Amino acid sequence: MKCDLQIKAVNNHFKKKYLPQIILFVLLIISLVVISFTSPYFLKWYNIKNILDQSAINILLGVSMTLVICSGGLDLSVGSIAALSSVVMALAIHSGFSLEISIFICILVGTICGLINGYIISCININPFIVTISTLWIYRALTLVLTNSSPIYGFPNEFSVIGSGSFMGLPISFIITLGVVIFGTVLFHKTKYGKYMIAFGCAEASLKRVGVSVNLYKISVYVFSGILAAVTGIILTSKLNCADPLAGYMLEMEVISIVILGGTSIKGGRASIVGTLIAGLLMGMLRNGLIMNGIASYYQQLLVGLILIFAVILSERDKLCKGS
Amino acid sequence: MSDEVVLKISHLSKYFGNIKAIENINLEIFKGEIVAFVGDNGAGKSTLMKILSGEYRPSSGEIEIFGEKVVKFNPKSLIKKGITTVYQNLALVDNLDIVSNIFLGYEKRKFMFFLQHREMKMTAEKLLKNLNINIPSLESEVGELSGGQRQGVAIARAIHQGGRILILDEPTAAMGIKESREVYKLIKSLSKEEITVLIVSHNIQQVFDVADKVYIMKRGNIVNQFKTHDTNYNEIADIILGEYAAC
Repeated sequence: MKCDLQIKAVNNHFKKKYLPQIILFVLLIISLVVISFTSPYFLKWYNIKNILDQSAINILLGVSMTLVICSGGLDLSVGSIAALSSVVMALAIHSGFSLEISIFICILVGTICGLINGYIISCININPFIVTISTLWIYRALTLVLTNSSPIYGFPNEFSVIGSGSFMGLPISFIITLGVVIFGTVLFHKTKYGKYMIAFGCAEASLKRVGVSVNLYKISVYVFSGILAAVTGIILTSKLNCADPLAGYMLEMEVISIVILGGTSIKGGRASIVGTLIAGLLMGMLRNGLIMNGIASYYQQLLVGLILIFAVILSERDKLCKGS
Repeated sequence: MSDEVVLKISHLSKYFGNIKAIENINLEIFKGEIVAFVGDNGAGKSTLMKILSGEYRPSSGEIEIFGEKVVKFNPKSLIKKGITTVYQNLALVDNLDIVSNIFLGYEKRKFMFFLQHREMKMTAEKLLKNLNINIPSLESEVGELSGGQRQGVAIARAIHQGGRILILDEPTAAMGIKESREVYKLIKSLSKEEITVLIVSHNIQQVFDVADKVYIMKRGNIVNQFKTHDTNYNEIADIILGEYAAC
């Protein structure tokens, strides 16, 4: 009897933890097979490289967004931080700073932006949606002011390697993303940080009562988000060889979409970085497949919306079943 | 129960502006004793417990735990002194497993950052076994457990935090008869381990089943105290409801 209960508990645990990712992975394989039948170029290595390159930014930002949403928060300002930090980096390069120092300044800008978001959200206790939608406008406006709304061109040749180069056949942007995914997964599953993010999402008061410095951890997740937004800014600038003040516009929406599709609960307290990785690849592949088949871009948006609704219904199925 | 005083409260008062929450509380509690605080809403039970758990700083008075005077009033320093609290809502994280909940805030780590999952699981298993708490799988999320099992996990966590004096705030609120019995059995077993238990409860009848001593609070003061075998339910209810009955 006790053994039966144990098996049931382990099954429940497995279902809750891994089933959404397994479903997503199966969906990824099915899509891969179907699209490869409709387009002969889809499975060519250069196209696969293209998909990995296109998906890299969404997945990269998805890692920090997964942690932010898991902690019960939201960061709508990532696209604006990416633009602001890349513009400051471009201005630093043009002012004669070395590439390394300019990249450091870029990451510093991302860190400060994240720190501002985190401080207002945790120490002044303002809703993350309100704070980050405000800073979305502020950081974007600062970017436009600094550049007089014109793109900045002209970077050292070696800078383009980050966005356009490849190593052992894989795009460097995707290798950076994979590194961040591994770091994020270890952080989430192997350190207390991940446990605290889950606790923030569903029982913040419990952490306070065991004496955890709640504000410090809360700020750190927005700082992490700001740093990854700055890294995104570096990759985007390197890819386009231009620091565009409008770069990363609406990027946050795509990132939030893949995070939710990956099985992270929008209410917080449940997350999967591997799910975010699979969802990012699936989205990238579907977009690429639709383009390959000559389908107009507005149908791509329709598809993204439909998949998202389907994913949310799937993740809420337990509650819907209980309700009925 | 021994003669060692583990908790001594002298002239303890707490005011919120001009409003008196508790005034001039004096008491001594012994090692392994199970003590219940009963009283109507607004009697000051929760304020007293919040001071003891470090959530509030007293306006005046002194608290000594194991002979040491408390200077800092915050949850962490009170836990360090050996007082842990199991709140009415249990303060558990439903989406985390049992082991993570027991170790929340006190995780075992190697190389500074990495959790020692295996060691934590073994310690949790041993702790739950010692307390006779039956849970099918430690992998289960706390949200999937019954009320009694959740209370067990919360008590196990409090003991793991080093609690030698345990405050239980309404330990059987919203529980069925069977689950309440399990919890009271667990509380009795804590006393055998020489853990002192302070219970705050509205349920006088259930308190009688488990406590050695009952303190009756009214309008911020302790108005009476009894050993449970020297009194009965009606006497305590009469004291609590005295003035209402007179009306």
